[in-house]
Amino acid sequence: MDTAYLIETIIKVVVVLLIFSALAGIGTYFERKVLAFMQRRLGPMNVGPYGLLQVAADGIKLFTKEDIIPTNVVGRIFKIAPVITAATAFMAAAAIPFLPQFELFGYTVHPIISDVNIGILYILGIMGIGLYGPLLGGMASANKFALLSAARSAAVFISYEVITGLSILAPIMMVGSLSLIDFNEYQSGGIGDWIVWSQPVAFVLFWIAAFAETGRTPFHLVANDHEIIDGFGTEYSGMRWGLFFIGEYANMFFISFVIPLLFLGGYGDGSFLGALGLLAKMSFFFFFFLWTRAAWPDVRPDQLMWLCWKVLMPIAVINVVITGFVMMF
Amino acid sequence: MKNNEQFNNRNVSENGYYLVDIADYPTDGWGKFKRVVQRTFRGELFVGLWVVLREMIKFDIHTVSYPEEKMPIGPRYRAVHEMKRLWESDAERCIGCGLCEKICISNCIKMDTRIDENSRKEVSEYTINLGRCIFCGYCAEVCPELAITHGGEYEQASEQREHFVDYEYMLTPLDKMKAGTQVEFEGFGAITPHEDERVKKTPLAY
Ligand code: SF4
Ligand code: SF4
Repeated sequence: MDTAYLIETIIKVVVVLLIFSALAGIGTYFERKVLAFMQRRLGPMNVGPYGLLQVAADGIKLFTKEDIIPTNVVGRIFKIAPVITAATAFMAAAAIPFLPQFELFGYTVHPIISDVNIGILYILGIMGIGLYGPLLGGMASANKFALLSAARSAAVFISYEVITGLSILAPIMMVGSLSLIDFNEYQSGGIGDWIVWSQPVAFVLFWIAAFAETGRTPFHLVANDHEIIDGFGTEYSGMRWGLFFIGEYANMFFISFVIPLLFLGGYGDGSFLGALGLLAKMSFFFFFFLWTRAAWPDVRPDQLMWLCWKVLMPIAVINVVITGFVMMF
Repeated sequence: MKNNEQFNNRNVSENGYYLVDIADYPTDGWGKFKRVVQRTFRGELFVGLWVVLREMIKFDIHTVSYPEEKMPIGPRYRAVHEMKRLWESDAERCIGCGLCEKICISNCIKMDTRIDENSRKEVSEYTINLGRCIFCGYCAEVCPELAITHGGEYEQASEQREHFVDYEYMLTPLDKMKAGTQVEFEGFGAITPHEDERVKKTPLAY
């Protein structure tokens, strides 16, 4: 391993970390604004022009707040849980190609930290580990609402992981690779090549599972404010709570990158327009997360499990079987 | 509903209320299955999405950016008290009768009087503890001189709650009297309109 490669990777890691921590903050701003507009409100307006500096104000507040470790909590686990959520969210980003490769000062940059050949498996696995944050945090903080939320996160986790895995299996069979770059190459021929046309069912299933994965409405059970306060986050304060938050929003951004890369052609042929296209698709999926939050009610945990196990899983299995048959004959 | 503004008529049967059509819950498996399929393909979720998107595009914002913008309040609104002056002489209307102190149900008015140089009763101390006042309006209603009334000022901020509220603070300033801009309170205790026409002569021939 030569030094240039090492330096390049470290720079890429730092860039991704910085950009997406900032994006997570700006994501909260967008969420507030979009929700406000949909509910005929103005949202944050007073800090900076159009409330743009609200993010900075929130950041300062979170950083300077006292870090409270309540009595009776299991200290070490309580402290490490938010780090799990945030760290795994960013670790998942390692295998995501954010842009097509481009030339910078005569040097070819691959905007992917590491093109591992099990890319999508790695991403889903790491995002799955992210659920340990709420689980451990909820169990470690001596709080009944947090415990309920931990139990829910376990239930939700088992339910949606099945759907994610099975729904993604059919496209993987077609592409014959787990690398997101290969997925992109497979669909690079234009709109007609997009996997969404040949695998519409898998697309919808994966999208639904993405809502459970990121814990967004209508599957916002793990921290459902009106039922269990803030769930696993109830006992957290200051930057620890902020880490949960950053993890959640970074996760939303990464999933919004993964869905178009898998199903909607990604960055296409790698041209500048293709890169813009990927960003536009990502923005749509991120916006959709906010949109549903304004429009849809939450489901109950038992309804989510019913949906995942009794409806979506059979559909996913049938989809895989049919794909297999079509590919065989 | 069009006529949901008729708050006075509480008779449900006449108000255009109607029962929402709720189908019975299916009991057998086939019925449940049919309901799931129906709900899945009826696209109600997209109706919801469209509704909120429509509101976002219309951008019909209802927020009042409070410190800069304020909602109009009614003339009968019962906020911080005011002490009025006489239109004719600019003298204070309060005669120190003490009725307001007596009637205040949260005991928050404290006052003291003395005899002034013209041998008339004069208020020497008068405070209302707004921390206890429930803004019921009894003091304004009982006042025989229309002296203490409520005003429209609802913003109070200070480092000391003792600042709210004393006689000087409530009294209409003299320059305001000179400009003739003292506003009579229309709420509790105010004279009803056309009072003059309804006044009868006191029958003296008993
Ligand atoms: S409004 Fe009611 S509570 Fe307040 S000072 Fe007058 S009588 Fe007392
Ligand atoms: S404010 Fe009215 S009720 Fe109170 S002491 Fe003065 S005149 Fe009497």
